[in-house]
Amino acid sequence: METTANLAGTPSLEGIEAPPLTFLQLVWLRFKRHKMAVFGIVVLILLILYSTLGALFFTEADANITDTSIRLSAPSAEHPFGTDVIGRDILARTIFGGQISLMIGFVAVMVEVIIGVLIGAIAGYFGGAIDNILMRFTEAMFNVPQLPLLLVLGKVLSDKVPPITIIGREFSGSVIVIIAVIGLTSWMGLARIVRANFLSLKEQEFVTAAHCIGTGNASIIFAHILPNTMAPIIVNATLGVAYAIINEAYVSFLGVGVLPPTATWGNMLNGAYRYIDTAPWLWIFPGLFIVLTVLSINFIGDGLRDALDPHALIDLS
Amino acid sequence: MTRYVIRRLLQAIPLLLIISVMIFVLLQSSGDPLATMGGRRATRPEDRERLARMMGLDQPIYMQYLYWLIGNDWMDVDVDGDGVPDTPGTRRGVLRGDFGKSLVTRGKPALDIILERLPNTLLLMIPAEIVILTVSMAIGIYSALRQYSFMDQLVTTGSFIGYSMPIFMIALGSMYIFGVNFKKWGLPYLPTVGMFDPKVGKTTAQVALHMILPIFSMSVISISGYSRYIRSQMLEVISQDYIRTAYAKGLSERMVLLGHALKNAAIPIVTLIGIDVPFLLGGAVVTEAIFGWPGMGRLFLDHLERYDTPVVMGILMMISVAVVLSQLLTDIAYGWLDPRIRYDKSRKGGHGNNC
Repeated sequence: METTANLAGTPSLEGIEAPPLTFLQLVWLRFKRHKMAVFGIVVLILLILYSTLGALFFTEADANITDTSIRLSAPSAEHPFGTDVIGRDILARTIFGGQISLMIGFVAVMVEVIIGVLIGAIAGYFGGAIDNILMRFTEAMFNVPQLPLLLVLGKVLSDKVPPITIIGREFSGSVIVIIAVIGLTSWMGLARIVRANFLSLKEQEFVTAAHCIGTGNASIIFAHILPNTMAPIIVNATLGVAYAIINEAYVSFLGVGVLPPTATWGNMLNGAYRYIDTAPWLWIFPGLFIVLTVLSINFIGDGLRDALDPHALIDLS
Repeated sequence: MTRYVIRRLLQAIPLLLIISVMIFVLLQSSGDPLATMGGRRATRPEDRERLARMMGLDQPIYMQYLYWLIGNDWMDVDVDGDGVPDTPGTRRGVLRGDFGKSLVTRGKPALDIILERLPNTLLLMIPAEIVILTVSMAIGIYSALRQYSFMDQLVTTGSFIGYSMPIFMIALGSMYIFGVNFKKWGLPYLPTVGMFDPKVGKTTAQVALHMILPIFSMSVISISGYSRYIRSQMLEVISQDYIRTAYAKGLSERMVLLGHALKNAAIPIVTLIGIDVPFLLGGAVVTEAIFGWPGMGRLFLDHLERYDTPVVMGILMMISVAVVLSQLLTDIAYGWLDPRIRYDKSRKGGHGNNC
């Protein structure tokens, strides 16, 4: 080490001696140059902090307490974001609603990724009749527009699940339903991408080699092929969080999503359009949070897409 | 080409059957149709049983699906519950255009209820699609020709924001600005709710005025997405050799851009229309709910609210058929417009399902 440094002498050669960058370092280097993506990460972290740390200043009771004597009061020092139709404080509700909305976004994507990867991997790896059946099913799901399907599923199931308690907080059972329903209706695009990648990857030598030394199918799928198709899955999952949050907002906005008193950014907007001219704060604040979240996640996804692209030029200057 | 079209049409049949089974099972497990029919009056138990038998609700779900699909007028139904099928069935099945009778508006065929509302939805969708295509083409071409200019950057950022907006935010925001605040400021303002002003009546001018905000809300998201797509298509085409050749032989810029570049860049846009159909139909639910537009989307919401299964099922099926057909049409149009694509030959040598 010492000698090579002395031999090189000039600073211009230092870059050559540096140990090669790991994949993650490269990705981060490329991601960093995408200014909007970095901005997106900052905003998203702020939003997460807002909805978690905010809980230190307000209790969930503050968010759900109703006081009809101050219903629809405009933003003031006491209620910075105003109050809603039955006098609940909108600031406190955006904090606790944010927790639920963000959680729905992230957990629904986990459901989506698990289903999408499983179906795509099995269809692509085994091919033949299995592939045919799974892909026909995927196609059928694709051809039912997602929003009406979500509305039907939400309507049918949302009051069937009893309230649940996690970490001392009671959630409306509809939260679980919405997470499941969004996950169950959004995996098709991912399944197709994974299948396409599996179709080409399974023809490669390293898979043949794995077969030859007697590796089992499950191990080949998850330990050998899947790691090679992580990039599109990560990008898809990131953008999926934004979709899930928007979809939760749509169904809750239309009144069949998460049921009150549990607040989400979406169900705070439910019925707000009836007060469009008298109480704009009803929809402006929760709406802004939704737009900011979705926008920052989309920026992050865009940045990740560029950063994870193996064909992207590595320009370190 | 003909063979391709026939094959695709044949493929669409099992696809639609799978979709219908999925939706049917889902909807059948929801709500209580008899309670919906009863309205406020409590139904007597013996009436309930008779009604259930009349509607085939006592049958296993696969029989109910068959009744829905092909009807039961070819067989007798046991209405009085004595175990002897004696009354001829009356349903004709979806395949013969009978979507069943609405449970809410009792006795009215579900199809009639849907068809009443369909024109109103098309009245929003077709102009919205035209607006989407023209505006996004204009923006996309403009920013491709002035790549990295200030306007291009502005459009790129704007389209990113537009693409991240939920429809209801655009709808509420535009309502608030153009409907509420313009009125407050004494400017000419736009109506926000309904199809026409009841005081004036349903004149063409009134309906057109009421269409502006819903169409605006429906198109912003698609325009944001497509203008970026068209921009990248246009950039790709401009760098092709035949464009340089066109310039070299002395054609005017206008001729090169419109006659050569746009013609080739526009082909993939056809596929966008196919993608848009499910998106616009889904978005119609939100838009129509906010703007109080009496279309299919609001019909869907209203009848879903009361578990009116035949109508909800009918709307979902019609949307699915529209989606499947529009995808088929775009694929055909694509092959027709772009002679480089030959569907019949692509089967050979391709590596589709045959691995």
